Parts: sequence; structure tokens; C-alpha cells
Amino acid sequence: MHIAEGYLPPVHAAAWGVASAPFVVHGVRALTREVRSNPESTLLLGAAGAFTFVLSALKLPSVTGSCSHPTGTGLGAILFRPPIMAVLGTITLLFQALLLAHGGLTTLGANVFSMAIVGPWAGYGAYVLLRRFGAPLMVAVFFGAFVADLSTYCVTSVQLALAFPDPGSGIPGALAKFGGIFAVTQIPLAVSEGLLTVLVMRLLTQSSKGDLIRLGVLAGRTSERREEATAR
Amino acid sequence: MSRNAKINTLLLLIVAALAVLPLALGLGDHKEEPFTGADAEAETAITELQPDYEPWFSPLYEPPSGEIESALFALQAALGAGVLAYYFGLRRGRRQGAARAGADESDAGAATATGTADGRGGSGGGSAGGPGA
Repeated sequence: MHIAEGYLPPVHAAAWGVASAPFVVHGVRALTREVRSNPESTLLLGAAGAFTFVLSALKLPSVTGSCSHPTGTGLGAILFRPPIMAVLGTITLLFQALLLAHGGLTTLGANVFSMAIVGPWAGYGAYVLLRRFGAPLMVAVFFGAFVADLSTYCVTSVQLALAFPDPGSGIPGALAKFGGIFAVTQIPLAVSEGLLTVLVMRLLTQSSKGDLIRLGVLAGRTSERREEATAR
Repeated sequence: MSRNAKINTLLLLIVAALAVLPLALGLGDHKEEPFTGADAEAETAITELQPDYEPWFSPLYEPPSGEIESALFALQAALGAGVLAYYFGLRRGRRQGAARAGADESDAGAATATGTADGRGGSGGGSAGGPGA
């Protein structure tokens, strides 16, 4: 669930917009480079964007008695690295802001920052870290997607707490309040997103082994060669 | 069902259970309006924290009713699911095509191998048999 239209003061809205813009511009460059140098990955890029589309349309009930939706950004961040998800996430957010009155144009910068920038980077970071410590691929994928999802809503809570500090307890008090609304609701949904991302990754390892090796998700000939080189 | 398919089904079942449990356990019962959106709850919280805050911009287009809104959300999910299904379908088709071509080739190769033992004629027969196999 994104910050609704008009619900961030103009200064905050503008600041988040300025913070997000360079990431999106950089992402557009990364995306065009990827498509130009590997035209065969266009199809998988489309699939990663489609995954975000499906998951962010699924409003699911949660333990707090309210509803929210997953983000689906973890998968694309693991496959294509986070900058490309800045673009795919922004497209999804724009679609929802323009057609569904969900999120908003004035809050687009803040929502892009949480869902299309911090989420993918945090998820990708968790994935890379786990892989480096020798975790199995699917465990790393699960936590990558889980962290991408949950961190998005932690950022949303922080953004709202900064804009609307509690009159008594200040920003921490407001953070506890918004965290209770967004982050706690999101925990079971982040588990769901992790499981669905694992499912899609399992299907990809069957159907698109070549792409996954080229993207470095599965160990292929090149990494074996690198291991041989380091062994020598 | 293969082991793979079993694991995939299990994953889907857990996701379904996670979605249904909050409803089945009545976790929304303590609320006036159970299972509203978290964004709507945040709007309420904002009004509590700053009663004089007025949203300074309203959506350019707002779906005229809950039905239209859910239709548009369904459209979004359908678009995404359609592209995903196209991707996996295409991949599966290509893989099957490649597997078939590979089987043809190995058939032809086997025929050629036996063919070479008894002279030149066998290799011709092998490649001719390829497309039909």
C-alpha cells in the first residue's frame, strides 16, 4: 500500500521526488544498455515486470485485520540488479497512480523511493550476502524477496513519520504508529512474496537455464572457469 | 505428480493458507471495518496526528465505484499474469521443439553410425530418416 495522493506535505513530496529521480534516470540507462547488449533478455525483463504487476495488484488480508499488497520487486532485482527495477517499479506505480487512484502523482517520488529503489537494493543485498555465505539459491531468493517487500513498507512508515511527527512523542512515536500499520501488516505478505518468488525462480531454472547462467544466478561455465582460475 | 510439481503445489498452498488464515481466524473482528487497506488506515492515523492536515492534491482520475476499481485491479493482475503465462508457455514450447530436434539429430546420428560400418549408403539413409522420426 502506497502513500495516498496529497498525503505528503509539498516540501516532503518534492524532496522524495528529487531523491528518486537520479535512480530512475540511471535505471533507464541500465535498462537500455541491457536490452541493446542482450536483446534476448527482453522477454525475461517483461516477465519480471509482469511479476511486479501481478503481485502489486493482489491486496491480501493480513494478521492485523487490514489489507496490503506485496511488491514483486525482489525477483527482478535478483535477476537484473536493482537499477532496472527502479524503472519497472516506477512504471507499476505510475499505472496505479493514474488509473486506480492508488498511490499518487504527488507522492510518486516517495513511493518510488520505497518500492522501486530501497526495496530492490535491500532485497538484492540480502540475496548477495546469503549467497556469499554459501546459502542455497532458493533460500537466498526467498529472503531476497522477503527483505525487498518488508523494507519497502518500513521506508513508507519512516517517510510518513518524518512528515507527521507525533505531537507528544515526536518522530519515534509516529514511526511506531505507522510501522504498526504498514510494516507489521506486511510481514505475512512478505513471506507470501518470498514463497511466490521461489516458485517463479524454480520455474525459471527449468525453463530458462541459459538466461540464468548468463545473468549469474546459476553457476555456469564462466563461473566454473573463474573458480578454476582462483584454484590455480 | 513429480517431486518438482509437488513442491510447487505446496508453495502455492502455503501462500493460499497465509491469505485465508487471517479471514478464517477472524483477525479483523476487533475493527469497525475489518480488512480495509493499510493506506486508508494511514490516512486516518495522519488525521489523528495532525487534525488540520488537508490533502493538497486529489487524484486526476478516480474510479467512480468500488466495482470499477476492483475491475481495474483485476485488469492489472490479468495483464501481468498474461505476460508471465506467455513467457513460460513460449519457453516450454521452444524447449520441446529443441528437444524434438535434438532427438531427431541423435536418431540420425545413430543411423549414420551404423551406416558408416557398411559403407556410404547408410549416412544418406540416416539423414533422410531424420525429419520423419
